[in-house]
Amino acid sequence: MALLQTNEVVKRFGGLVAVNKMTFSVEKGRIVSIIGPNGAGKTTFFNSLTGIYTPEEGKIEFNGQSLIGLRPDQVASAGIARTFQNIRLFGSMTVLENILVGMHVRLKQNPFDILLRSKHFNDEEKESEEQAKELMAYVGLKNVGNELAHNLPYGGQRRIEIARALAANPTLLLLDEPTAGMNPNETEEAIKLFRRIRDDKGITILMIEHDMRVVMGISEHISVMDYGEKIAEGSPKEIRSNQRVIEAYLGRGAAVAHERKQ
Amino acid sequence: MKKFFSDLYKKANTGIWPIVIALAFMVVGAVSVYQSPRSLTAFLILMATPMILYFMKMDMKVKVFIGLMLIIVILPVLGIRNIFYLEVIFQMAVFAALALGLNIVIGMAGLLDLGYVAFYAVGAYTWAIFGSKQLSLLHSIPGAAPADAPFALAPQWFWLFLFLGVGLAAMMGILLGLPVLRLRGDYLAIVTLGFGEVIRVLALNLDKPINLTNGPQGITPIQRPPLPPEGILQFLRTILTPIVGHPPTDAEFYNVMFYFIALIIIGIVILVATRLEDSRIGRAWTAIREDETAAIAMGVPLVKMKLAAFAAGASFAGAMGALYAANRTFVSPETFSFQVSIGVLTMVILGGLGSIPGVIFGASAVVLLNIQILQNFSLYLSDLRQSDKIIPIINFAWKDLSNQLDPAKYQKLVFGLILILMMIFRPSGLIPAERRQRELGEDKIEEE
Repeated sequence: MALLQTNEVVKRFGGLVAVNKMTFSVEKGRIVSIIGPNGAGKTTFFNSLTGIYTPEEGKIEFNGQSLIGLRPDQVASAGIARTFQNIRLFGSMTVLENILVGMHVRLKQNPFDILLRSKHFNDEEKESEEQAKELMAYVGLKNVGNELAHNLPYGGQRRIEIARALAANPTLLLLDEPTAGMNPNETEEAIKLFRRIRDDKGITILMIEHDMRVVMGISEHISVMDYGEKIAEGSPKEIRSNQRVIEAYLGRGAAVAHERKQ
Repeated sequence: MKKFFSDLYKKANTGIWPIVIALAFMVVGAVSVYQSPRSLTAFLILMATPMILYFMKMDMKVKVFIGLMLIIVILPVLGIRNIFYLEVIFQMAVFAALALGLNIVIGMAGLLDLGYVAFYAVGAYTWAIFGSKQLSLLHSIPGAAPADAPFALAPQWFWLFLFLGVGLAAMMGILLGLPVLRLRGDYLAIVTLGFGEVIRVLALNLDKPINLTNGPQGITPIQRPPLPPEGILQFLRTILTPIVGHPPTDAEFYNVMFYFIALIIIGIVILVATRLEDSRIGRAWTAIREDETAAIAMGVPLVKMKLAAFAAGASFAGAMGALYAANRTFVSPETFSFQVSIGVLTMVILGGLGSIPGVIFGASAVVLLNIQILQNFSLYLSDLRQSDKIIPIINFAWKDLSNQLDPAKYQKLVFGLILILMMIFRPSGLIPAERRQRELGEDKIEEE
């Protein structure tokens, strides 16, 4: 059974149908991409998955559990972590603290532990700090643990966001345009990182991405959205030559020209 | 010039110098307050000691020792010589606790609460109603109370009601929190402002149908917690008489006792605030302040955490409210006006949003300014007014100076000025919040 399965999900904003009957699934252990032109409804679809929006119709099942009507924090504790299209870090907290916030759903300390500084509290804090340090090293952040997050350069902030998402030990990681604004070198690094996350940690990755080198480079399965609907899906190779996809991206004329060239 | 001072400070901040400086300030301050109990300068010198202890580099044990000397021995003794100082410190402690509570709500969780005084009122009225004769006067008309009505509870019950005040205020915090959870920023500020007024107006009007709060006249007398047993007092009297020059009276002992209770509460409040800040809960609050959407996507339950912030903040105010009612033996709705909320907000902003040492400093500074510096200035002006002196050049007789220009009436102006100046020149406060720096040992990771 698929890890994530959506069935005819519809999200409207007034008269605008932002996501229209999205039926979509992600198999466990894969790297899957959603692509599509600007305004196609990709991020809205992500927000519907994570509980930030509640879809008007349809079903979303994750690990056999329905996500419809759950709050974002409940979705997060169900095992879905995410990053944002425009980086949303806790700017005036340190890098390490950002990652510790990511662990919120896993920490068990209660107010009494906190006020009495019980052994349980101390052990848990120590352990989570250790894990946070490991995560920083894992995503390639060095000697910045005590820096305020907003003082880091762009690439570093992207990495913190990923580390923060990984801190929750998710089964599914949603990445919203993770390489946007990166230079080719950084993008290359990021691709390696995503592969490692899947290979070492067994975390399933679902991403929205515009950079075709990334999409074609690591996706095992691609879905294409346009005007809120899924217009195609398949392997990178299939998508590359799909007529409707080329139309959606470049317009009808370009699609015809492309065909002639081939 | 600037370099000279920073070099000087660096030199003074090494080796044995900090201890010498701290002791010097403490001794000079203590002696001069002892000699001239009315001098403001002397008191300010003495009050600089805790600042020096906090900021300069010293062995922790030495810091604690000097601090305890100051708190347990010097201040109470000086306080008995001039009771006013204990009052100043008592107020500092009360407002520091309020500021620390508000700091959790505004500074850490970023929820702008302008009705904070309501929780203070809840704590105060909790003990006021049960610790006075009010319960036996429920059916009498305000002002027409029979003089021989009995107290409902013995004064010892105060200790229980201190905790009840905390609990009730926390519950009010949650009650206020529930409807305003969806609001942010300005909207939240307006609703909380309204809430603060609602509590005050309730206190004002709950003298009918049953006379719960005695309306605008307020409740008095409220019982104080009992003094320690006579044996201990007798012992203290024999020690203190030669030092302060007269056998301390019961009134003075009461002041010292309230001073110590306030110190213990503020100690607990500081401990709770720092521990909460450096935990899963504190981090969640800061995350909510920084970015609500990101916080909730990371699994931080917004509702629970915001309610926790309101409850924790309110509970500090509840404790100090109950203590305040017992200390003054009188509460009335006027004490809990909107201006107190703004005053506490001023303290938080002056010290630094989210900074625990900052808001304690802010509270102390504003209290000092309010009840000492402005008052002293007022006294000075009224002295001038009574003299025959004339301002040279413009030939204006001090006698003709309007009474309206009494600086003690400038509180609102001062609060406003502080808020505006801080927002322009130092929005993060005099002692800005700092994130905890952790031992990372990252070099090790690199080596591996």
